Amino acid sequence: MNATILLFLIQDGITNGAVYALLGLAMVLVFAVTRVILIPQGEFVAYGALTYATLAAGQLPGTASLAVAMGVVAFAFDLFSARRSWRAATILRAFAVDILFPVAVLALTFWAAGRHNVIAVNIALSLLIVAAIGLFLYRIVFQPIAHTSVLVLLIASVGAHLALEGFGLVFFGAEGLRGPAISDAAVSIGQLQITGQSLAVYAITIALIVALWLFFDFTVYGKALRATAVNRLGARLVGIRTSLSGQMAFLLASVIGAISGILIVPITTLYYDTGFIVGLKGFVAAIIGGLVSYPITAVAAIVVGLVESFASFHASNYKEVIVFTLIIPVLVLRSLAAPEVEEEKE
Amino acid sequence: MTQRWPLLLFALVMAALPLLPGIPPFWIVLLNNIGLAALVAMGLVLLTGVGGLTSFGQAAFCGFGAYTTAVLTTAYGLSPWLTLPLSLLVSGAAAVLLGIITVRLSGHYLPLGTLAWGLGLYYLFGKLEFLGRNDGISAIPPLQIGSWRMLDASSIYYVIWIAVIVAAVLTTNLLDSRTGRGIRALRRGHVAAEAFGINTARAKLLVFIYAAVLAGLSGWLYAHFQRAANPTPFGAHASIEYLFIAVVGGAGFIWGGVLGAFIVILLKEILQSYLPLLFGGHGQLELIVFGIVLVALIQFAPGGVWPWLTALLPFKRAPKQTDASLALPPRTAETAAPPVLLQLDGARKQFGGVTAVNNVSFSVNAREIVALIGPNGAGKSTTFNLITRVLHSTAGRITVCGTDIDGTTPQQIARLGVARTFQHVKLIPDMTVLENVAIGAHLRGHAGAIASMLRLDRAEEARLLAEAARQIERVGLGAQRDQLAGSLSLGQQRIVEIARALCVDPVLLLLDEPAAGLRHMEKQQLAALLRQLRDGGMSILLVEHDMGFVMDLADRIVVLDFGTKIAEGTPEVVRTNPDVIRAYLGAAA
Repeated sequence: MNATILLFLIQDGITNGAVYALLGLAMVLVFAVTRVILIPQGEFVAYGALTYATLAAGQLPGTASLAVAMGVVAFAFDLFSARRSWRAATILRAFAVDILFPVAVLALTFWAAGRHNVIAVNIALSLLIVAAIGLFLYRIVFQPIAHTSVLVLLIASVGAHLALEGFGLVFFGAEGLRGPAISDAAVSIGQLQITGQSLAVYAITIALIVALWLFFDFTVYGKALRATAVNRLGARLVGIRTSLSGQMAFLLASVIGAISGILIVPITTLYYDTGFIVGLKGFVAAIIGGLVSYPITAVAAIVVGLVESFASFHASNYKEVIVFTLIIPVLVLRSLAAPEVEEEKE
Repeated sequence: MTQRWPLLLFALVMAALPLLPGIPPFWIVLLNNIGLAALVAMGLVLLTGVGGLTSFGQAAFCGFGAYTTAVLTTAYGLSPWLTLPLSLLVSGAAAVLLGIITVRLSGHYLPLGTLAWGLGLYYLFGKLEFLGRNDGISAIPPLQIGSWRMLDASSIYYVIWIAVIVAAVLTTNLLDSRTGRGIRALRRGHVAAEAFGINTARAKLLVFIYAAVLAGLSGWLYAHFQRAANPTPFGAHASIEYLFIAVVGGAGFIWGGVLGAFIVILLKEILQSYLPLLFGGHGQLELIVFGIVLVALIQFAPGGVWPWLTALLPFKRAPKQTDASLALPPRTAETAAPPVLLQLDGARKQFGGVTAVNNVSFSVNAREIVALIGPNGAGKSTTFNLITRVLHSTAGRITVCGTDIDGTTPQQIARLGVARTFQHVKLIPDMTVLENVAIGAHLRGHAGAIASMLRLDRAEEARLLAEAARQIERVGLGAQRDQLAGSLSLGQQRIVEIARALCVDPVLLLLDEPAAGLRHMEKQQLAALLRQLRDGGMSILLVEHDMGFVMDLADRIVVLDFGTKIAEGTPEVVRTNPDVIRAYLGAAA
């Protein structure tokens, strides 16, 4: 191995790692607030990427219609849970969020599809569509069972993953798609060429991490989310609507997932089911972060990216084996270091 | 004894099914798949639903079972019957290795760890040369009895379903035993279980291995049913599907695993064969509908379909019969009741900068009731936890029956004859009062897992239950014996904890706020019981806030305030001690 290859591997590792970091952060966020292990994170990635690629190809993505359909179901759920106390304000709010929002997005998508849009419009639309899906996913699947055990939530999570993956196949077909790069610029440092796309990946990852940190440490909503994460009942007693916290976590996670997808789809071809394995690697990073720490998760994600990059060079056959067994010693260490606390279960 | 006829009926129906004229051969294949999945799910029920250890790697153990027999029968020409024990052994050995690492993981690290090695092993199966890489191993010989080769689905059907039913019976037996109670106690945390001598680490490893062996059995059957093995059915998706099966069926119930296998596999099959007819050729719809139905099932019955179904049935489970004439030999005391049972010398506990217990010294003598009192946060419960080794003291010396307890485990404290109750009740709400109390007698029995499965433990089990029943009568809860512990009032649950502690046959009883939540009459009954126990030779150390109760009952009182002992003496002395009055009523008083 020479210096060029080394640098190339490092760059590749960091670029992948940055995307894993975003996904890991989203998973940590969702788990902390809702106790849901977000398996459908991979679908958010794929939906974001493929919606963006479809729009760029001038077609109407099916995800926009899915958002409307899920909105209708979510509205039915909202009406059902409001059946004992009909209040105009509640119903109107639900109508605005569940019906008007996705319908407006669908209308915009109709208008945009087939035109030659600037990339920013396509990105914005993709994010809006996936955000709506993420929001309604929580409302429909998880909010009714928010009080149950982690295991039950997980099974529901897997169910949601399967359904969304199926929809992905219907909307985007079995063929992979690639999207246009955000930036075609390239910088050469010595023998190493850094593409504008990689730079965009780094910049957006760092920006998002900083934004999340600002959000959680300096805003009331961010603090409310953290409070929900620490103690659901306590948060409710001081007037935080935990269902809103859950919706917000899912909204953030879906947007982050979609951004990750849009960032990688110009680099690698994405298929409707690629998201699952990409999401799992983000998950590995999240696990190393103990599902609680954002900075450790970010660092771990870079490590995962690097390990994967070097493993694919030296022992490409065992790449996945190495990445996934990487976390076992970490888990053992974390478990030994953590003080043994008796949690009151159920 | 548990009723056997529903099981017999089920076995008869399953035995008759393939004999029905005109049954499509494909149905038999489906039933075989259901049986194979049910075996794995049953292990998961025990591991996840009952033991509280979620595993995402169960399919990997099927892989061990299947590949073991695949390699040995194809490359070395061994008979499949010879490889059966080897397959189980390999799965079990893998479980020991992975279990030693994984089981000690706490909280959410455990399921994540299983996911990690589950994925790692799946990729490994697909890369190893001698396992045939991604193509796997084909041309595995069928099972054979004499010259009868089980080539078609309906012949191996019986092997599979006999395995399912035998496994269900053995698992049911295991749960309904001394070892089983230890396993069922795991889900509620380890402190209570260990206080009664249950080795929780060993119990966890046991269920882990048990579940892996069942999965290995399923893998062995799979290899000889499909006559091929490749990595696909042993990956993460399969592991997650086994979890579905357990959760949908009812993760806390053995037959929930079997029911879940029927539901999930039939559902998938129906969707696969009928959806395309309804909607044209879109094969992907099945995935969507399957996902949605799964979510709907979980929302409809978060506890699983089995408990929902059994609640609809008109008959209730028959209560356990106990034979009052059976007696358990008294616990062989390590020492013949020494004059000083408990001695604290400068015991100290610091949590970071906070000193919860500050150089506290006192003793409890034989046939004495000592009360430990003090305002909230005085360090009373922490002192209890130091004595029972739930917490380790920072400094000082604590001796129980003359043994320095430094470096011992909670189980050893229980062995010394110290039994306790908890300030926050730690019973297992979905077990009956009788079963909960029988946990207290854990150390007085010896039957292990295998004896329990084979019902060789019945004589001892009857004695353990008789002892539990006797202690329940003694504390006056005979009428509630067969109710679920979770359905009792908090006061009654505290009394159940006392009965459980008495089952240890203790020399020293530690009671943490036993009278809280009791009515006046009940408190008097409790005081009478405690006096009677003392007169019978037991010593009691109790924490209590009801001063009337304490002053009436205690021989001696130790007062703590902010972790420091401020007074000690008879009730009369303590009552008039100015420091005590100041601690309770404030400085001005």
